[in-house]
Amino acid sequence: MSETVKIHVRDLDFWYGSFQALKKISLDIPANEITALIGPSGCGKSTFLNTLNRMNDFVRGARVEGTAELDGADLLHGMDPMILRKRAGMVFQQPSPFPMSIYDNVAYGPRINGIHDRAALDEIVEHSLDQVGLLSEVKDRLKKDARGLSGGQQQRLCIARTIAVEPEVLLMDEPTSALDPIATARIEELILELGRSYTIVIVTHNMQQASRISSRTAFFYLGELIEFSPTEKLFATPAQKKTEEYITGHFS
Amino acid sequence: MKNAAEQQRRVIRSARAADRAMTVALCAAGITALGLLIALTAHILYQGFSGFYPDLLSAGSNGILDQLFNTIYLVFLSLLVSVPIGIGAGIYLAEYAKPGRMLSLIRISIESLSSLPSIVVGLFGYLVFILMTGMKWNLMAGALSVSILSLPLITTETENALRGLPPGYKEGSLALGATHWTTIVRVMVPAAFPQILTGIIMAAGRGFGEAAALLYTAGQSTRINWSQWNLASPACPLNPFRPGETLALHIWVMRTEGSLNPNATEIAAFSSAVLVLLALVFSLVTRSIASSYARRRNGE
Repeated sequence: MSETVKIHVRDLDFWYGSFQALKKISLDIPANEITALIGPSGCGKSTFLNTLNRMNDFVRGARVEGTAELDGADLLHGMDPMILRKRAGMVFQQPSPFPMSIYDNVAYGPRINGIHDRAALDEIVEHSLDQVGLLSEVKDRLKKDARGLSGGQQQRLCIARTIAVEPEVLLMDEPTSALDPIATARIEELILELGRSYTIVIVTHNMQQASRISSRTAFFYLGELIEFSPTEKLFATPAQKKTEEYITGHFS
Repeated sequence: MKNAAEQQRRVIRSARAADRAMTVALCAAGITALGLLIALTAHILYQGFSGFYPDLLSAGSNGILDQLFNTIYLVFLSLLVSVPIGIGAGIYLAEYAKPGRMLSLIRISIESLSSLPSIVVGLFGYLVFILMTGMKWNLMAGALSVSILSLPLITTETENALRGLPPGYKEGSLALGATHWTTIVRVMVPAAFPQILTGIIMAAGRGFGEAAALLYTAGQSTRINWSQWNLASPACPLNPFRPGETLALHIWVMRTEGSLNPNATEIAAFSSAVLVLLALVFSLVTRSIASSYARRRNGE
């Protein structure tokens, strides 16, 4: 395998207080590919995702040990978390646009990065909305409250808001689990498209989704990484007994 | 089988009866509360304006222009103090304070502050802002005393408003690389603003209606020279360090010592009516400003 590694993780341990949520996780996330994290609830997949842009810093009693590097730079200790979060943006399960206009939602990230030039902002907003396929739907009401959009549109807006700061990595935490099937299909299409230019790590509880969109899949169970393989292989010929049990629905 | 069906019918029948009875009871309670409010307001307004003569609006000894101005000015001064501190304290409690003994201590203090009798605050204000500073009765001392009373309202509303926001607002902003402070200022406080405004309106209402806390702080007399605009002069309207009797206090004074004035009854009634209107207008104006702000923000 000669592809570039975007995120390099070695022996990552994570504790919430005295509870160890991640145990010795080691994996290499390839650049410009879609990596899916699957596993039953509480297996640590979301914790792992949150560690990658240090959203866990805000959790009281959280502690992390081990190595995680973004393009070879230590992201756990060496990197400023503000800079890390701009490079590795996050999309959450519940689409929650800020209570402001569609335009201001997308312009929020660039603005806090010091871009105030009207024309530059217009361009960023337009381009970001276009990338998520929302521009044609909302271009007449950019100044309207973003909360008036449908759930699927809101989630695409949140993705647009995230890519407006030009991240390299997109971390997605079950981005379609609050959406209906049509909106879900739409977002999956978008993720596939974005996967060409971004490194995407997506947590999903939906195994079909993982097999539809990802090129690699990691299976987490009880805080451990059980298996990490090309998606096709993981679902067709899992190397581990646990993986096989999970994907065939033998435990929940 | 038949028994079971009969039993179920009985349960449904009694539940329905209870539902109907409670609907009637709750409607009655609502109507009573609203009716009392309307009757009281109507009475105050009628009593106030039925004895109206133009002199009442003057700055003379029968007029209440000075007191009206003092009331507005005092509320303004007190909000100047209590809004920044109250919102700041609310943000601290919601976003920065670590749960623990310190936080519960602060909470208990705020709760007891809000249940403090206002005469106690008035005497405290007299001690601290008048006796200890060696100043005469003045508007600033009154405003500070009122601030003590209104601070808990703004603090509590701000804290609750921030805590009530969807967690996605905060997470979303932080995940974009914003600092905690930027997140608070740019996303959270604007989103919580309508409820914070409720706290501010309540605080202002406290100021409009307060009498006991002002008795020995803002003073029971006022002497404004409307052509004196030198701030240092004790007769200048805008001098915050001059005695400044407010409307609420004026009502009390007119009904007690001031009743030597043959028009005391009309003056007190008119003052009450004006005070009610003032509070109403303030509330309406603030709300309309807030909603036009929200409309502009949301681009509707």
